[in-house]
Parts: sequence; C-alpha cells; structure tokens
Amino acid sequence: MTLFSLGLVRGIIGQVIAFLAGMALVVVIRALMGLPAWAAEPAWVVGGLVSIVGFLVGVGALSDWLKWIRGEETPLRHGPPEGKPAWVRYFEVDYNHKVIGVQYTVWGLFLLMTGGFFALAFRTELVQAGIQFLGYDLFNSFIGLHGIVMIAAILLGVGGMANYLVPLMIGAEDMAFPRLNALGFWINVPGTLLILLSLVVGGWDAGWTGYPPLSARGPIGYQLFFLGVYAVGLSSIVGSINLIVTTLRMRSKGMSLFRMPIFVWAVFATSLIQLTATQLIGLSFLMVLVERVLGMGFFDPGVAGPGQQLMEGGGDPLLFQHLFWFYSHPAVYIFILPGLGIISELLPVFARKPLFGYKWIAMSSLAIALVGFLVWAHHMFVSGMNPDLRIPFMFSTLLVAVPTGVKFFSWVGTLWGGKLHFPTPMLFVLGAISVFLIGGLTGPMLATVTTDIPLHDTYFVVGHFHATMFGGFVFPFFAALYYWYPKVTGRMYNETLGKIHFWIMTPAFWVQTLGQMTTGMMGMRRRIADYDPTLGAGNIEAVHLVITLAGFAIALGVVLMVYNFIQSAEVGARAGVNPWRSRSPEWQIPSPVPEHSFPSPLRVVGEPYDYGRPGAYVALGAAGDD
Amino acid sequence: MGKYRRHFTVVAVLVVLGTVFMDWLLRTVLYLPPEASTQARIVDGLLRIHIALIAFFFSLIVVFVAYSVIVFRARPGEEGDGDFIHGHTTLEIVWTAVPLVIVIVLGLIGARTLNEMTAPQPNEMVIQVVGRQWSWTFTYPDTGITSSEMVVPVDQPILLKMESPDVIHSFYVAEFRIKQDLVPGRVTEVRFTPTQTGVFLVRCAELCGTAHADMRAPVRVVTQEEYQAWVQEQSAQPADDPVALGQKVAETQGCLACHSIDGTRLVGPTWQGLFGKEEALEDGRTVTVDEAYLYRAIVDPDAEIVAGFPPGVMPQNYGEVLSEEEIQALIEYIKSLQ
Repeated sequence: MTLFSLGLVRGIIGQVIAFLAGMALVVVIRALMGLPAWAAEPAWVVGGLVSIVGFLVGVGALSDWLKWIRGEETPLRHGPPEGKPAWVRYFEVDYNHKVIGVQYTVWGLFLLMTGGFFALAFRTELVQAGIQFLGYDLFNSFIGLHGIVMIAAILLGVGGMANYLVPLMIGAEDMAFPRLNALGFWINVPGTLLILLSLVVGGWDAGWTGYPPLSARGPIGYQLFFLGVYAVGLSSIVGSINLIVTTLRMRSKGMSLFRMPIFVWAVFATSLIQLTATQLIGLSFLMVLVERVLGMGFFDPGVAGPGQQLMEGGGDPLLFQHLFWFYSHPAVYIFILPGLGIISELLPVFARKPLFGYKWIAMSSLAIALVGFLVWAHHMFVSGMNPDLRIPFMFSTLLVAVPTGVKFFSWVGTLWGGKLHFPTPMLFVLGAISVFLIGGLTGPMLATVTTDIPLHDTYFVVGHFHATMFGGFVFPFFAALYYWYPKVTGRMYNETLGKIHFWIMTPAFWVQTLGQMTTGMMGMRRRIADYDPTLGAGNIEAVHLVITLAGFAIALGVVLMVYNFIQSAEVGARAGVNPWRSRSPEWQIPSPVPEHSFPSPLRVVGEPYDYGRPGAYVALGAAGDD
Repeated sequence: MGKYRRHFTVVAVLVVLGTVFMDWLLRTVLYLPPEASTQARIVDGLLRIHIALIAFFFSLIVVFVAYSVIVFRARPGEEGDGDFIHGHTTLEIVWTAVPLVIVIVLGLIGARTLNEMTAPQPNEMVIQVVGRQWSWTFTYPDTGITSSEMVVPVDQPILLKMESPDVIHSFYVAEFRIKQDLVPGRVTEVRFTPTQTGVFLVRCAELCGTAHADMRAPVRVVTQEEYQAWVQEQSAQPADDPVALGQKVAETQGCLACHSIDGTRLVGPTWQGLFGKEEALEDGRTVTVDEAYLYRAIVDPDAEIVAGFPPGVMPQNYGEVLSEEEIQALIEYIKSLQ
C-alpha cells in the first residue's frame, strides 16, 4: 500500500498530466497554424478543461463506464477495497452512499475553512481605513474566492447531508445511480482545485458574480474560475437527478410521500431547482470564457476599454446578469432549503412533540422553490434594465416571505408545549432560527425597490445574505454534524466542547451580521479594499474592528468543532443505536450504519413525528416480526 | 388551547413590549447619512415602515421561542413527551393570509414611492456623466462646462444621463439615497433633487477593477448665486495657458485617478518630479523622462512600462481621445509638477 495507490493522489497526478497535455495540444495546433506557439490564455483554458477529465480518469470515476463500453461486467463492490485498510475507501471511488456522503461532507468542511481563511485575510485588511497588507488586486481576488469557495462548500455540505441521509430516511438500499453518485462527488475536487489555482495566474477581480465586461478582460485567473464553477455545477446537476429518482422510485413499503421525513421533502425541492437552474450559471460563464478566448462578443457592446483592443462588439452586458441570476438567485434556495429541513427534522426530536403542520412545511419548501424562479431580477433593480420590470419582480420577491413565514410559525408551533431538551444540535437549531430570522426579516427591505436603491451593493446586503446563509445553512449544517455524528462514527462527540462552540459562535455571528448591516446603512459599499473613515459620523472603523473580531471568534468555534470531531472519533463514548430517542429509520439501525444499511426491508407502520403517542414510525423485517 | 390561556396572555404582553423596544433600538442604533434630497425623504419614510414591521415580527418569533425555551424546558430527569399537537388548520391559514396581505400592501407602497422618486420634474437640469476606470467626469450641455466635480444648485431637479466607456460602474450618493449603474453601450438615467447645501461624494458602487474603492468624486450642492458664480468662473478660464489646459485635461480625462501629483503611489507612477527623472523599465532598460517619452507613454502606454507597475491597466486609446494640443498641454502640465 503506497501513497500512489490512493485514488485522490492518482487523480491529482492525472490532473497535472492532463493539464500539461492540454497545454501542449494548444502549442502544437498553434504552431501548425503558423501562429506564435505560446499563447497563455488558450493554453490555460484547454489545459484546465482537459485536466478535469484527467482527474476523473486518474481517480477511477469513469472506469466502470469505460469497461461497459468494452463489454465488461462490473459488479458493485461492497466494503473496503480488498487488501487495503478500511479508511482507504474514503480516498477512493466508492459507490456506497454513506461513504460518498462522508466524502462530500469532509471536502465541504475543508472548503468551508479555506473560504473562511480568505474572509479572515480581507477582514483583517478592513480593520483600518487605508491599505495595510493586501493590495487592491489581491483584496479583490480574495473577496471573489471567498464567495465562490463558500458556495462550493455549501453545495458539498448539502450534497453530504442529502447523500448520507436520504436513502436511510426512505429505507432505500442505496442511491438509484451509485456510479453517477461517485462521479458527482469526485468532479468537485478538480473543479475546486482549479478555482484555487486561479490565484497563481493573476486571480480575478470581479467578485464571484464575474460580471462582464470586467470579467471579459483582466487576468487568466478568470478562466480557471469559470472552468471550476462549471465542474462544480455539473456535480449539482448529476447529484440532483440521482436524488430525485431515488426519492420517487426507491422508497420502502408504506413510505408514501407525506410520510417521508421532512428533510427528504426539503432535499427534493432543492434537487428540482438544481436540476433546472444550474445550467444557466454554467452557460453564462462559458459564454464569457469563449468571449475571451475566441472574441465572441456576447456581452461586449463594442467599446474600447483600458488595455484591450476593440472587441467584436454587439453584445449586451445586461444579458449576462439575467442568465447569471436565473441560476444564482434560486441557488440561495438550494443552499437554505436543506438547512431549513434540518431545523424541521430536529425540532420534534428535542421538543418531544409532533412537527407542527407537516404538510404545510413540505408544501412551503416546494412553494419557495417555485417562487424562487420568478425573482431573479431583484438583483438588477439599479442595473439599467427596463425600469417597469422592477414592479413585478418586487411583488414576486416579497411573496417569498409568505412560505418562509409558514416555516417560522410552524417551528414556534412545534416548540410550544413541548418538553424541550438542549444538547448541542438543539442549540444550533435554535441559533439557526434566530439567525435566519434576522436574514429573513431584512429581505423585504431589499425586495422593495425604493429601499433597495440606496442599500443595493452595500454592506447591508452583505449582512442580510450572511444571515440567510448562516441561518439557512451553516447553523443547521453544524446541528446536523453534531446530531448524526454518533450515527456516522458510532461514538458521541464531546458535549462540553460542542456547547462552547455554540456559545462562542452564535453571539459572534449576531454581532457580525448586525455590524455589517450598520456599516451598510452608513454607506459602506460592498467589495471595496479601502473605505472612507468619516462614514457613520466617524464610527465606521470601530464597527469594522468589531466585525473582524467576531469573524475570528466564528473561526475559533469552527476549529473547536473540527478538533472535537477528530478527537471524539478515538475517545468518544459508544453512542448506541438511538441516543436521541428519535423515531426516524436511521436511528433504528446500529451505529455506525453497517455496509448494507437495513438487515431486512424497512416497513412504515406509523407517522414520522408522532412523539407523545405510542407505536413506532418504522419497523424492520416481515410483518409478523414486530 | 384552554390550558395555554395564561401563557398566551403573558406572551402577548411581551410581544408588545418587545416591539416597542426593538423599534426604538433599531431607530437609535442604525445610523443613516443625512437626508439631502427629495428622494432621501421618500426612501426613509418607507424605511421606517419596514423597521416597525421588523420590530414586530422579530419580537413575535423571538418571544415565542424564548418563552418556550424557558417555560417548556424538560426538567432534569424528565423523559416524557410534550403535548400531542399535530397542527391547526385555521392557524396555518391565518399565518399564510396575514403575511400575504402585508407583502401586497408593502408592494403597493413600494410601487407608489418608486414612482414618486423617479417621476420627471419640470425644469430639469441635465448633466452628462461619464464613469470610467477609476474616475468621474461631468459635462453640462447647457454651458459646455466639463468638470471633475459635480456642482448643482440646491432645490434644482437634476437628470443625469450616464455612460461608461469600459466596464459597469454605479453612481451612488448615500446622502441622496440614489444609485444607478452605468452600462457600457447604453445611456442610463437617474433623477434627484438636492435639498441641502454641502459637499457629498459620489462613490462607485459596482466592483470595477483594481482601484474601484477609490473611484469617487465630489458633489457640491450650492446656492443658486454660488452656482452662477461657478459657471462664470469655469467659462472664463483662459485656454491659452498650456499648463492650465493640461491640468484641466488631467482632471477630466481620469488621469489623476491613477497618477498622483503629490508623490503618493497610486495605480500608476506619480507625476510629481517625474519629468527629467531616470526611470527603470519592466524590461530592464532605463529611460530618461523627456517630452518624447511622455508622448509615447500617453499614446502607447504598454510599450514602456515602468518597473513595478502592471501593464494593461491604462487605456490604450488616449491617442484618439485627446487632441494633439491636449496631449502637448498635458506634457507641459507634467513638466510643471517639479
């Protein structure tokens, strides 16, 4: 067993080789055409594109399909690879959804910390007005990297929870398409590596939104960013097909749609958005990519700008924004719906009480997914688009508040009259509600055009969406990590450390988000490396210092959590089958979950959240056994 | 529900108190820049409605959750279940319908105030705005004045017609509560009526590359008399002094966004003491800054990049944008900065 026999290492080697091969191809073709052989941009683009395939071949994500083409049989392997230690399977292509779920989650956590590192770097720069240690260009690259790396982290976190939990919750043996599932995870790795690699070729200074014409000029880093996002987007699409088919076709006996655990509904709604919207961000970035390499003027109106020859022209910068936001607004519902599902899933367990209004919550997820498609242009109220369009988009955006409100009221209804317990997961659920409330309530202010005009592109927006992202994803994700940690590892995490993590992170986040909103009100613009210290009657530097300190406190909390998880895997107490006294299927089988999750088919014999009433939700084995 | 009557009474009282407190707190803590335009008054009016709604709904949810956490917590050793309540259809309908009505009303108010904000006014004064990486230029079609600061008379309705030759920028003056993007290839418009005299700043609100953070220009709101005096002064400027003309070109063509005249290092080399200096170039050569070099550096900036500065930043088209006379005047101006 050598290092090179690890799939991940083979994949990275494959990526490097393919990168060089792609570059060589460009050089050869250009030489044959009689052009100067070396042109950096096309070489990096083709190299980057080929490198994604190189990684997948190296890691072995395509092997079975290639064998099928040759007519070979490929039985599904179960258990760790032969002759290798058990942990190796987490670094290899593995078709078990529980392994893939863990792979998604761990890579997601790695990216979460990487994205957090970028944030801490530029937050430190912002403590004082003036430029201290990050130059303009590095600052501008870091804010974009923070954004896109966090988005990838969230998509991976969502993928991790969905892959691990959905088959267990509906009593399925595995996902519908195990090989596609593995590809869906592994394609993220070369994609995110390309995004990080963009830093060595000049970075990119347009933020994660990458608006042209700015993104159509500037360093080669943009191209690697576009390619990386394309790969991560592909993962979303294949992952969502898999989850939709699994949910619709692989439920166990008696698992009718309205008897599924509520988290499955949330993932289903999310998958519908992912399947139908992700193409648009891929398309919009691809169009900028070819505009740069081939001079196609999709978005360039044909004016000469700094450092650039006149391009073909005839394009429209606003077209990009429509295409981009048609994905990127629904994307925020991709990020938050699973998180809100986690809140609804965990509350009944710790309140020892049925979920209040199950069907209303399930339908509100679908309603948010549907309305989410009709609101994208609220990002463009001051963009110069047809001003009359602002009114219908204002109404559709305000409408999102209604199903979101249903969720809040239902959570209150679930808590009311319960017998509440407060271990770490429950604390994070309550933290999520408090934080998402701040994010949700500041939404209508930005949906109303009049009040959006001064607040658009200021730190008020930054505060608003960090509250929705933390309340809708980060807090619920952490709640989920603590809650299912004993199921995944078979051991209990350290409760004291978990609570310390919560009590550091939650007040810090409140301070951070409210601080951001305050500076936005003062007139602090988004995405600026330097600001005017006289803003807010001269108080703005003090507020920025507080925001930065809060950011470091959040980072400390995350480090504590990771330490807790690593350490508890060795020394944590045995968790047992069902430490939370949950009714859900995954808590009726051993921890950690065996290779074949259910020893015998799962049968649904009751309602999922009937706490306070005798009788079970699910049973294992034939009808006579229970 | 009867067993909860006392609980509901307590919660209702706390929600009312919480709403009053939150409304007061938000109004006190949130610092808004001064209201310096008609638009600002309209925006702030709606902002106050939003803040009141936020105070109410925040208190509603937080009080219910906090009350449950305290009153309905499991006592140590208590392992039983809570009350078996599955849902309540009437309640669900109420808390769907009431927010629906609220957001529709908010939308109607939003639409009406937006119309008020953007409605054309009689006697509008038109100013043409050019935003480029990373400076602003304002042209007054009535008088032919071009300036790097915007000067407007108080209470005069203004209509800006804005263009960008390079990337997207955004015209944002916090005190006026207005913002509008400048999009290459089209002319965008924004209206405002200043109501307070003073000096404000227009700041670019759309990330536009390296020095985006520094892309700002003063907006001076003055009395009608002061405005007339400014127009006189601008129109009377002698054009025969090449240094004065050069300074004007430097201010209005965006040169000073990247080249300081006081020795500060910005995106490009400073002009202070530049003339006559030996400069090391990126490609290892050195060059003496004379008239010929300055001319080349203006019309073909990437040919000889000074060591330590990035290529590809300065527009390539100044040879076409500026007249021969303006380029010579610019060189004279740089020579004067010793």
